[in-house]
Amino acid sequence: MAVPKVCGIETEYGVVLRGTPDPNPVLASSMLINSYVEHRKVGWDFEDESPGRDARGYSREGSLPPEVETHLVNTVLTNGARYYVDHAHPEYSTPECANALELVCADKAGERILARSMQAARRVLGPDQEVVVYKNNSDGKGNSYGTHENYLVDRALPFTSLVRNLLPWFVTRQVFTGAGKVGSENGAAKVAFQISQRADFFEEEVGLETTLKRPIVNTRDEPHADPQKYRRLHVIVGDANLCEVSTFLKVGTTAIVLAMIEDDFIDKDFSLASSVPSMRTVSHDPTCRATIELADGSHCTAVELQWEFLRLAQKYGDDVGLASCGGEDVGGLVLRRWEATLTALELDPRSLDGQLDWVTKLGLLDAYAQRHDLEWGDPKLALVDIQYHDVRPERSLYEKVVRAGKVERMVEEPAVLDAITEPPGSTRAYFRGTCLARWPDSVVAANWDSLILDVGSEPLRRIPMMEPLKGTREHVEPLFEQCTTPTELVARLSS
Amino acid sequence: MPERERKQKPAPKEREEETAEVTAPAKQGEKLKEDLDDLLDEIDSVLEENAEDFVRSYVQKGGE
Repeated sequence: MAVPKVCGIETEYGVVLRGTPDPNPVLASSMLINSYVEHRKVGWDFEDESPGRDARGYSREGSLPPEVETHLVNTVLTNGARYYVDHAHPEYSTPECANALELVCADKAGERILARSMQAARRVLGPDQEVVVYKNNSDGKGNSYGTHENYLVDRALPFTSLVRNLLPWFVTRQVFTGAGKVGSENGAAKVAFQISQRADFFEEEVGLETTLKRPIVNTRDEPHADPQKYRRLHVIVGDANLCEVSTFLKVGTTAIVLAMIEDDFIDKDFSLASSVPSMRTVSHDPTCRATIELADGSHCTAVELQWEFLRLAQKYGDDVGLASCGGEDVGGLVLRRWEATLTALELDPRSLDGQLDWVTKLGLLDAYAQRHDLEWGDPKLALVDIQYHDVRPERSLYEKVVRAGKVERMVEEPAVLDAITEPPGSTRAYFRGTCLARWPDSVVAANWDSLILDVGSEPLRRIPMMEPLKGTREHVEPLFEQCTTPTELVARLSS
Repeated sequence: MPERERKQKPAPKEREEETAEVTAPAKQGEKLKEDLDDLLDEIDSVLEENAEDFVRSYVQKGGE
């Protein structure tokens, strides 16, 4: 039953336009993207967008359907990614990836693209102006913006099973996914520092909303694929991660947990007594020793519950195999890193400096506070919290830690640079990106699950791409070798 | 209370990393402090000038 965990990450970046009295973030974001895009922009095809459809099959009264903004800048890149303006933020959606390592690379390539966009924007801005972008989720003033993960899931799996298992999963995985945050907000208890940037903003267990009263499990039902076979699980609880180990664990472990749910392998009920408060309890305790209450009245720490998931995952790897979780190699690496991480979180969480964002950031904050004799609450520490996420390579505090040799990377920089322009070969992103690279003037519009080509004569040709694992390099490279024009491509595909 | 099975030993690859050369503790401590000082110097050199102004003006529109 487990379908291959094709996955992707969409990141809303914080954006600041400096040197102007009345900055407009929509304009700044648009300019950023327009500056980057050198070739003719491909218009996004909105025909099949349905963000208002709810996976539970109904719409609750009073729930606010998200809006699809059709008038803002929206483009597809040759690496198969989508780069666009969403809710006054520049947003980057990675192409579809077949495993967690590929996704780490694709996500990091997105940061490089944002950095290049800032450089490109300098050419059109005044000498005292600058657009600066931040890969984080919180402005400290009650506003939050998301980093969403997407996973391909079997449509036959009842959504209720997903909800039951994902609530305790999302609450407890924060111990390694959190990006760290100075302070708290949205009415949460006051803390000096917490593990996750997002925890305080989650107010419901399940729901369709994404911009207010955020639910831990989001029910958006927009598969962007064959809707009979597939569901795209849209995950909104995660933090924006810079540490590659954090991204790798976040996506790799979640893929395995989803496969286990699909294969009905989780034989225990890990339901919590109260998931929303537990989300904050876990985030507010950087010692990782706080306990949460399960529905059966027992108590455990987040790490202890994570061990339960890991034990099951190890058995799943032995009994069923990890083919659907990115393959045995990557899946096996996820299991080993997950185990090492949980071990360290129990012995000494601070030993994960350079691997987990919240630990790395906390290390910086402690050292900086000590050097300058600062108290928690000093604006300089709030500044360190924000500037850790600055995407300019020369100003990013995260990059400083990388250059000091203190960060463990999972992928090599040459691979990241390739991923700026090259799509993964393992999914339909390959077909999308390659068409765009070869025939930019012929790709009239694109969506995740289709491409519209102008073959030089009426009508335009729509190529459906409803299978995320079709259109891979293996499938279509011969096709591209044999076809020199889009007309030939369409003819070959039709035959 | 969820039970936990005995932990497996770390895989050989991870263990290899632990048998790095051991320098004298005092020297190791000094080097670490030096490295950290250098990093903090770097951070001081790029941190936005007026923390209070910057933090106050860092406002985002709520997103998803």
